[in-house]
Amino acid sequence: MSTTTAPPSAGTRQAPTPVPPARKLASGERWRRRGPLLPALVFTIVLTQIPFLVTIGISFLNWNVLRPGDKDFIGLGTFNSFAGFSNYATVFTDTRLRHAVVNTVVLTASVVVVSMLLGLLLAVLLDKKFPGRGVARTLLIAPFLVMPVASALLWKHALYNPDYGLLNGVLNWVWQLFGADQGPVVDYVSGTPMTAVVAALVWQWTPFMMLILLAGLQSQPADVLEAARLDRASGFQIFRFITLPHLRRYIELSVLLGSIYVLQTFDAIFTITQGGPGSATTNLPYEIYLTMFRKYEYGEAAAAGVVVVVGSIVVATFALRTISSLFTEEHTR
Amino acid sequence: MTTTPTDTSTVPATTPDTAPSPTSAPPRRRRARLRGADQERASWRWALTAWVLTLVFVAPVVWMVLTSLHTEADAATNPPSPFAPVTFDNYLQVFDRGAGVFLTNSAIASGVSTLLVLLLAVPAAYALSIKPVEKWTDAMFFFLSTKFLPPIAALLPIYLIVKRVGMLDNVYTLVILYTAMNMPIAIWMMQSFLAEIPKEILEAAQVDGAGFLRTMWSIVTPMISPGLAATALICFIFSWNEFMFAVNLTATVSSTAPIFLVGFISSQGLFLAKLCAASTLVSLPVLIAGFAAQDKLVRGLSLGAVK
Repeated sequence: MSTTTAPPSAGTRQAPTPVPPARKLASGERWRRRGPLLPALVFTIVLTQIPFLVTIGISFLNWNVLRPGDKDFIGLGTFNSFAGFSNYATVFTDTRLRHAVVNTVVLTASVVVVSMLLGLLLAVLLDKKFPGRGVARTLLIAPFLVMPVASALLWKHALYNPDYGLLNGVLNWVWQLFGADQGPVVDYVSGTPMTAVVAALVWQWTPFMMLILLAGLQSQPADVLEAARLDRASGFQIFRFITLPHLRRYIELSVLLGSIYVLQTFDAIFTITQGGPGSATTNLPYEIYLTMFRKYEYGEAAAAGVVVVVGSIVVATFALRTISSLFTEEHTR
Repeated sequence: MTTTPTDTSTVPATTPDTAPSPTSAPPRRRRARLRGADQERASWRWALTAWVLTLVFVAPVVWMVLTSLHTEADAATNPPSPFAPVTFDNYLQVFDRGAGVFLTNSAIASGVSTLLVLLLAVPAAYALSIKPVEKWTDAMFFFLSTKFLPPIAALLPIYLIVKRVGMLDNVYTLVILYTAMNMPIAIWMMQSFLAEIPKEILEAAQVDGAGFLRTMWSIVTPMISPGLAATALICFIFSWNEFMFAVNLTATVSSTAPIFLVGFISSQGLFLAKLCAASTLVSLPVLIAGFAAQDKLVRGLSLGAVK
């Protein structure tokens, strides 16, 4: 959702030349062709660009619902005064928000890197035929399909709960197996909140990474692999010198798409830790939510929103470039 | 997803014979025999590793389903008691607590938005593939870029606008938002399916005198129907699972299934088994949809970039 700028030039520069011949179309034909596109285009522009413009507008206002102002903002409410760039200054100096930026980076980077590596391991395993491979693949997708809120609640209550959660339960069981009275009681969510959130999200996102990387592995030209094998390359050599270079763009794609999605994480934080303890796991989306609906600082929330959008555009530019190169290859093949 | 079996581990260091010569049959056969045992052992180890990892990985889902079938007391034991007697009581209680209303809201929000997004995306995809507009790639990347920006940044203006027009706590607000949310996925997926239709077939139909509607209905529709189904399922999954807009824009009347789940946290006493039953119940439609669409899932998730 939300908004956008024009597609980054990197995306369009490498974009393929249009499929139809380069002849000039008559104006009537041009509009006939545009016809079917217009409803979707207008709908998307209205629903994604207008909210963003409104966000930019609000980011320059002093607007707190608890201190009603008297100036009307395009019929949507009343604000106190114009703020200039002071909301942006707050965003960059406020310790809570700075903390949220750090948390967002830590959370996103660890989830994406760990789930990508796990996904790669599973994809390599699934790339080879073995009994029940299809069933295993189907099962492995399940964590991604379980409703994210359900999976967050599952981790928080059924796995992490110190008293009856599965993790401590299994620890206890193993300890008792070796004659101890009682296994260690670990409080995962309060003790290591960030790790707890990351683990739950890694579990959720690994299938996503696995699917993209598996598609990459299976798109390897069979003849090249066969030739390498005939040349007596070892399994490791084949992986290192043929598979990995081939996979590079798929890895890039999974990392970039994963980053964009994980950056937006809201439900897991809302459910598992509510951003706490303190603000230990408050990421930017959750901090914006708190600023909006707990502190009612609309101006500040909007400014933080604009900053998140700019950050996303930076990541998205690279993602679009990768997608565009895969797209181009597709159309020139 | 087509499979290209790549036996990367079948290059054991133990092959003693000379360089393989694909033209002469006998040495090859001998080699295959020599390798047989090694290969079998290797693939057996491979299968074991893969299966152990798979089972560890899906254990939380299995645990969720198992817990949902136990009584609250059995669900809260430590060490866990996986073999406690099975009961469906939790599911009945979940429905008693009004799961039906939430599920209905989710079904409307996801179902109607999926229908709407297809109605808008299929013609658009047509204008981006079969009879493309000029600069169609720019249009494609415009749609894609809208998917990349965080919805949280749009929440405040959307909340204010929705409040202004009196559509807070209205399931059709979610329908509209989910339609916009899924538009890029639907357009990219449908474009990739439509672009796969060979131009010659459409030209042949034209030569044979088929009109536009007839071509669409008798030729294009059957060819893209698997893709259409996959696109619908993926849009359905994303809408069904959406939480952020649902929790902030609905209250009592039109809350969806994820909000129902969050409501369980506040309950007093033991709730784990009922929570697991509710989680299983609300995840079931998506699990079914996802398994049904699994061959096309990667295309949707990668926004069409990976086939």
